[in-house]
Amino acid sequence: MAKLLEVSDFSVRFAAAEPVKGVSFSANPGEMLAIVGESGSGKSLTALGLMGLLPRQARVGGQILFGGRDLVGLSERELRRVRGRDIAMIFQEPMTSLNPVLTIGDQIIEVLRIHENLTRRQARERAIALLDLVSIPEAARRIDEYPHQLSGGMRQRVMIAIAVACNPKLLIADEATTALDVTIQAQVLQLLDNLRAQLNMAVILITHDLGIVAQWADRVVVMYAGRKIEEGLPDQVFETPYHPYTHGLLSASPRLKADYHYRDGPLSEIPGSIVSAAGEKGCSFRPRCPAARPACSLTVPQLIALPAGRQVACPYVAAIAEVAHVAPVG
Amino acid sequence: MNSRKLGTLAGQAIDFAPQAKIEASQPASETPKQPRWTHIHAPDVRASVSGTAWRGMRRELKVFLANYNALFGTAILLLVALSALFAPLLYPGDPLEMVARPFLWPGQNPAYPLGTDSMGRDVLAGIVHGARISLTVGLAATALGLTAGIAIGAVAGYFGGLVDDVLVKFIEIFQTIPSFVLLVVLVAIAQPTTATVTVAIAIVSWPTVARLTRAEFRAIREKDYVLAARSLGFGHARIIFREILPNALPPLIVTSSVMVASAILMESALSFMGLGDPNRVSWGSMIGAGRDVIRTAWYLTALPGLAIVFTVLALNLIGDGLNDALNPRFSEDR
Repeated sequence: MAKLLEVSDFSVRFAAAEPVKGVSFSANPGEMLAIVGESGSGKSLTALGLMGLLPRQARVGGQILFGGRDLVGLSERELRRVRGRDIAMIFQEPMTSLNPVLTIGDQIIEVLRIHENLTRRQARERAIALLDLVSIPEAARRIDEYPHQLSGGMRQRVMIAIAVACNPKLLIADEATTALDVTIQAQVLQLLDNLRAQLNMAVILITHDLGIVAQWADRVVVMYAGRKIEEGLPDQVFETPYHPYTHGLLSASPRLKADYHYRDGPLSEIPGSIVSAAGEKGCSFRPRCPAARPACSLTVPQLIALPAGRQVACPYVAAIAEVAHVAPVG
Repeated sequence: MNSRKLGTLAGQAIDFAPQAKIEASQPASETPKQPRWTHIHAPDVRASVSGTAWRGMRRELKVFLANYNALFGTAILLLVALSALFAPLLYPGDPLEMVARPFLWPGQNPAYPLGTDSMGRDVLAGIVHGARISLTVGLAATALGLTAGIAIGAVAGYFGGLVDDVLVKFIEIFQTIPSFVLLVVLVAIAQPTTATVTVAIAIVSWPTVARLTRAEFRAIREKDYVLAARSLGFGHARIIFREILPNALPPLIVTSSVMVASAILMESALSFMGLGDPNRVSWGSMIGAGRDVIRTAWYLTALPGLAIVFTVLALNLIGDGLNDALNPRFSEDR
């Protein structure tokens, strides 16, 4: 199957720092790919970079092949035709990502009219159908409401309706469910999953919620300090995490298994914080790594390809199981 | 909960004890119709609250209408506008014509309720006709100034970078020159007609609008919905006019009412100095003409002066009212 998206050695560089240092991943049509990592790991910048929405000062390197075309070198005008029609994005804050002075109908119609040759009436009908598609009740009436009249979950549904309006081949959900409460979160993810199947679009789910990843993703990419450090199927990665960071992330997630529930003891954490992305030598996880050894500060560990499409950027995979706090989880 | 509040208002003594007993004995059946936790963010609860379709517009109108000062201002402005509109019907003919004996004091002759000036011209006719030029110049100059200011401010604020630097310097050139001096020079160079006065006032007043628009655009362009619009492939013009401008309008509307007032003041000042259109009567020129005889016939200066004061006051009151109604700081999350 031809890859829909192939990102290779993608980097984002600002004057003082390089928050994304050569990330490579790919997505197949209709696949749900999760990118996880803590704040500052470069996930959101990668997402913005895919759409060419980075601030002007940012210098972008590498290659983003989308349907065989490199998006990195495209002009603003060409990118504009890709955005919204081929790649769409939904953002974290449903409360602020809708224009407060326009009705939700106007906002959906606007996108439809930019990218497709529709009359106002046709566009309105499509907009109502789209609101129906994202399960907004009484779509025909709701279409004339303003964002402030809708709840957070409803607004995120509207955002999704706007994003999928032109049947994009790729939808990037940047922390799209983080601001919602858990029940709504599940509904919105279910919706995204249904739409993915119906419209055969790939979804890149950017999140720090491992529960979401385990339940919904087809493949997971773990990022740390601007690099991809592990990739694989969620089952494999969660069953036997190879990279110490992934290990740490997993043991820091609360789970219902009684012996690991944090009622019985403090929730495990990864000591320290994400190091400043600038001026780091060697493995960027080394200062926090329980299995660190002197050699780690010499070179940046390369990704090692393992069977079944797994990749990990730690040469001491075998040694990990020996570390106390990363004893087998789950 | 509500009945308790009403009870206090009606002056009844509040007895919490029985209610507490009821709540304690049958907590399940006594479910209040409205949820007590009105701050809750559960979407379904909020969705049920948000059924009112017109809340946005109505609330702002309500705030404005509840403001007596603003209503007072609107009433005065309406009066001025009506007299300007019906001036040719009320006082047909040229208000600069001599119609009676000079120096008739107000009330002396019922045919000329506000008296006549040193040349025997009807003062009331002058004031009514003067309202025409004041309002025309005020509104037209504001419209011009707003258009230019918004266009330049929007481009500077939206694009930023080099464009912004150049445009800000350009704005600053106009701001460093004392505006009234610039105005006098501009009118002195061109022929003093209503049109040139209007354009000159617009030229000295657009920088304020441009700066305000630029500031608003700089703030709004960082909002999530602008990023969302970019992510959907919107072009620059569409983002500027559809996404940002409507959100930047409230402070601009407020400013524009004050701009009309200051344009009227500038026009009056120009006419007072004899730099206005000599063929049209204006409040400023009436004051200028009355200045020579201010000791013997002070009403010739005071009456058109009062007209200016009330019109400008009215516009400022409206501006205040609009500010209260539209300022996002006073309104709930929009």
